[in-house]
Formats: sequence, structure tokens, C-alpha cells
Amino acid sequence: MNTTADRGRPPTQPAAAAAGNNGAARSSAGPLLEVKNLKVHFPVTRGFVIQRKVGTVKAVDGISFTVRPGETLGLVGESGSGKTTTGRAVMMLNRPTAGEIRFEGKDLTGLSAGEMRRMRRRMGIVFQDPQGSLNPRMTAGNIVGEPLIVHRLYENKADYRAQVSELLHTVGLSPAMASRYPHEFSGGQRQRLGVARALAAKPSLIVLDEPVSALDVSIQAQVINLLTDLQEKFNLAYVFIAHDLSVVRHISDRVAVMYLGKIVEIAPGKELYSNPMHPYTRALLSAVPTPDPVLERKRERIVLQGDIPSPLRPPPGCVFHTRCPMAIDDCSRVEPDLRELSPGHQVACIRAPGYGGY
Amino acid sequence: MTNGKAPLLQVKDLQTYFYSPAGVVKAVDGVSFDLGEGETLGLVGESGCGKSVTALSIMRLIPDPPGRIVGGQVLFNGEDILRIEESKMREVRGSAIAMIFQEPMTSLNPVLTIERQLTEPLELHMKMTRQQASKRSGELLEIVGIPDPEARLKGYPHQMSGGQRQRVMIAMAMSCNPKILIADEATTALDVTIQAQILELMKELTVSFGTSLIIITHNLGVVARYADRVNVMYAGKIREMGHAVDIYGEPRHPYTAGLLQSVPRLDVATSARLAPIRGEIPNLMKLPEGCAFRDRCDWAVERCATDDPPLQVVGKEHTSACWEHARVELKKRVSA
Repeated sequence: MNTTADRGRPPTQPAAAAAGNNGAARSSAGPLLEVKNLKVHFPVTRGFVIQRKVGTVKAVDGISFTVRPGETLGLVGESGSGKTTTGRAVMMLNRPTAGEIRFEGKDLTGLSAGEMRRMRRRMGIVFQDPQGSLNPRMTAGNIVGEPLIVHRLYENKADYRAQVSELLHTVGLSPAMASRYPHEFSGGQRQRLGVARALAAKPSLIVLDEPVSALDVSIQAQVINLLTDLQEKFNLAYVFIAHDLSVVRHISDRVAVMYLGKIVEIAPGKELYSNPMHPYTRALLSAVPTPDPVLERKRERIVLQGDIPSPLRPPPGCVFHTRCPMAIDDCSRVEPDLRELSPGHQVACIRAPGYGGY
Repeated sequence: MTNGKAPLLQVKDLQTYFYSPAGVVKAVDGVSFDLGEGETLGLVGESGCGKSVTALSIMRLIPDPPGRIVGGQVLFNGEDILRIEESKMREVRGSAIAMIFQEPMTSLNPVLTIERQLTEPLELHMKMTRQQASKRSGELLEIVGIPDPEARLKGYPHQMSGGQRQRVMIAMAMSCNPKILIADEATTALDVTIQAQILELMKELTVSFGTSLIIITHNLGVVARYADRVNVMYAGKIREMGHAVDIYGEPRHPYTAGLLQSVPRLDVATSARLAPIRGEIPNLMKLPEGCAFRDRCDWAVERCATDDPPLQVVGKEHTSACWEHARVELKKRVSA
């Protein structure tokens, strides 16, 4: 499984993912998920009985992206960038304020609660905290089998049990563990349970919200490999949300970089990491430490000044201009839109070479 | 490094156990290492390896019960601080050895102003007056790069961002010119861009104050840039120690090699699969006989099941606790 030969060989990559790496092969399949101009705003209220609205947190403010069947879109950004809200909005767990979410051809924003519940069968979500997202009073088997009950996806008791065993087996757990409770599992095993639950209703898309960041380093790789295998096996599309750029690079076909509720750059993974064009992407990449003392000490780093501004009062113009080492006066006036500067590579920065007039 | 003198801090065969009804957890089980003046040491390992308990034992902050330091010595400037009076220890804490933690919000007092929290150690350890301490607090905030320090002094922790809170923690830790600063996962809770700022700040300050630094982390990347030497811990013991260049370049313990290979890296071409360490981190209450890592080890031989390997010299100031250390090597990586 982890021989040298195996690691360097591309054919083990999922077929769909491999196709996703090269822009031309992708056009044949229509998008599975299409998000257009999505906005999720949260009102900020004051007062207990009579609540007055005193402001708006623009957690997600007008973003668009697509995900093709079997493809992984990485969503990276720091805390407050809106990546989690985006993931939840895609599942309609947060009501969008504006915009369109088309999934398998249907606009989810217009669906009734009942229709949405039926659509959710086709989508799964895995949360960051494997402890908090599993009910401590339910057995592993019941946790994994709950989607089967909700969506009535089994014929009889024997079939239900067989499906649960199969699911546990798929994620690398022993079916004998079905009667155990979450606290009896280790962190990595709990995250496997979360993945099994997301898989239960046979979805075509799974939103993975920081699925490995709570796990120990040696366990992270196990879960990432599992996710890669499952994608290949079931032709799953992933929206992979994470702050760890190395992990996102490893698993994603395309990567979107978010900052203060906006996508500032989106490109095929290889392209984004080898040719980052937005100053924020560059700073983010340069902040990731490399486990190699010789390289690491020679490397020049861009250390950004200051903190991420409050999403309650985002700066005017480009949201990044307050921390940007390349900002000019126009950056505080012009709100840059995403423009495609090379095939599949979109950047929202007026200072990016080739961006053109604004 | 030590340049012939006795090292500033010597930890000798430290043993810290936790007693619970279910059994004894040997969280730290015979840990020995030195820290030279002005040196930066990395203490690396995953959850439960004993890295934090080692630090808390040095500070004598182990909650008793259930924990107890059952053996060993911690020599600070030649004096065993495990055996001094609690009142004397209180002087050591803060003024000689300072520590910062992962979550700054829980280390700061939410109902006291930033100023009060900064002046307290100054008055206590540096014997400053209120006015002197107050003035120094402002300077300290400026040193750690907090804008508008005068206004910030009157504020409370909740009014600051995570990065700024950690800066306040660093200001507090450095306020009494400690000889040693222990940073326990101090940047783990922060965003990458903020993490870079805080690490850079810590390194700068410790260099200019001549403070020795112990960086405790699970992230091998974090220490690569800053640590002179690295100790890798697993299941309560140091399994490998050496200069950073050797630990990362030529690890001689299967666990170190496994850790290095299981993380995806930005400077290496992506391959289809990662090489994880198989299995789980063992339960410290039911550690197997022999080497604690052997169930997860690709190099394990029969002897590993019965004899726990001691640290053996494998190179210049490089030791590894593995019988098969000569065979351990990193698999080839393709550069990006």
C-alpha cells in the first residue's frame, strides 16, 4: 500500500480526478453543482425582547463556482473567510440570502423543506469535530444507519444490518464495532464513522468541512487515503474545505481561495500552487512551513501584517487591500471581480498581470 | 549550544505518572534532555506522547491528584527545581521560566484589563511600582507589535483577536526577562498567516533577550525553521533526538521517518497516495511490552517485542531508540 513505486504512480488516482487535472477533458461533463453569486448574510441584532438589527455579517458575499461529477474542489481560507458557511449553504443548512445553488440540475434555493430533504439524500457532509458531530447516546451502527432510516433505503431488518456492516467495512472499520458507542472509538475511527454516515444514502457530492484537521498527523494520512479511495470507488464529488494548504493541494483537482466572504482566486490545483496570482494566495502559500530545515531557513517568506478585518465592517474596495503588500490607492476604491487570466484560472486583483482595466 | 559549560536546563530521567481508578498512565516515562543557553529546542510528537506533560512537569504545574512527578530531576542552573520550596518555585515560574499555552483566551483573565494582567508579574517578580509597571506594560505591548498600546492596555482580552491575545501572552511571558520560554502549541489555534507572525515574533524576541526557547508542537513544519535541535516523543519517551538538519534529513527512528512521510508537502510533487503510519496511537494504560511503536513499525524485528530499545548514539549528537536504526531511511521523494 505504501511502497515507493505506488506513491509515484499516477494511474492510482481516480479516473475522474485525473481528467479534472487537465482542463480540456472536463468540458464533456456538465457540472454537478453550480453555485452562482451566492450570498449568505447574518443579521446582527441587539436587544432581548425587541430585537433591532444593528448590522450584517456578510459571511459569504457573492461567490460562484462549479463542481463536476467525481471532482474535488478545495476551498481554502483562514477563519472568517466564509468557507464553512459556503459548505453549509451548499447543503442548504444555512439559507442563502441571494444567489442560486444548482445541484443535479435543480435550484435548491426554491425547494420546500420536504423536497430539500429528498435532495439531501444525494449530498453528504462530514464535519470537523468527529466527537461533537456524533450522538454519544447512539451506537455506531445506528449513527451510520440513520440516513437509511430517514430516507427509507432498506427493504427489511436484515437488509438494513447488511448495509450498515457494508458501510463500516467500506470505511475500514470492523462490522463488529456496530454496537459500540462513539466514545469507544479513537479520533480517526470516529471520523471514519462520520464518513460512513455521509456515504450511507449513496450521495454524488460530499461536503468535507475540515475533515482531518482535528486528527493527529499520522492518522490524517489514513483518512485522506480513505477519501481518495472512496472517491474513485463511488465517483464522488468533494467540496473539500480546509485551512491546510498542503492537504488541499494533495486532494483537490481545483482550488478556490477565499478571503472575507469572497473568492479571490480559483484555478486548477497544479496551476494555483505553481503560479499563484493573487497576493493573498501568495502570502498564504508562503506562510506554510516546510518540514525541511535547510530549505525552510533559506526560503523568503511573505509575513502579512495585521489581522483579518471584521466581516461586520469589511473594508471598501478590495477586501484584502488593508493587508496587501502590493496595494495601491485604487485598491481601496475598486471592488475587483474574478477574471479569467489563463484557462480555468480566475483572479480578483487589479494588480495581477494581465487583469486589464477596471 | 552548550560550549563546554553546564547546560542551562537539564532534565534527567523525568517520570510523571497519572493515577486513575482504571490504572496508571505513564505520561512521561524517563525523559532526559539538555537545553543550552540561547538555544531553541523543538519537542515534537502527537497527542498523548507526553510533550505537554514534560513542560508542565518542568514548571511543576502537574495537577496532583491525579498526576505526580514520581522520579527524576530538573536541574535549572544546576539546582533541582523539583525539590525546592513551592514559594521559591513561584519565583522560578514567570521570572526564570515562562510558559505560553495554546489557547490564549483561557490563559488570560477575562475580567481584568490587559494592563492589570501585564503589571502583576512585573510588580511581583521585578518589584516595580504600579507606575513603573504600567509604563513598562505599554512598552511591552509595543515590543510585541500591538498597535496603539496605550488604548489596548485599558481593554479586555475579549476585545482582541486570537493573534493579538497570543501577542499579549508573549509580552507577559517575556516581561520578567525569563531565561527559558516554553511555547506549548502556542500557534496551533491560529491561522497560518498569523502563525507565521507569532513564530517570527517569538524567535526575534528570544534572540534579542538571549532567552532559550522550547517549542512544543505536533507540526514538524513549525520547528524546522526555528529549532536548533529536535526531540521526537512517542508514548511517554523521547525516541529520537538530534540537530534539526539530521532529524529531518536522516531520521534514524521509524516513527520520525513515518511522521515526515505521512504529511503532504508543498515542495514535493503530489503523488496519488500518502504513506500513513498504520494503526492507532496506543493506549498509555495498556502499553505493550518492548518497543511501544512496534505494532505500527515497518522495520520491527522479533527483539522489539521483548526489549524496549534505549536511546543509542547513531551520529554526532544524534540518538535514536530503535534496534534497527541502521536500516531506517526515508523513502525517495520526487521534488516539485
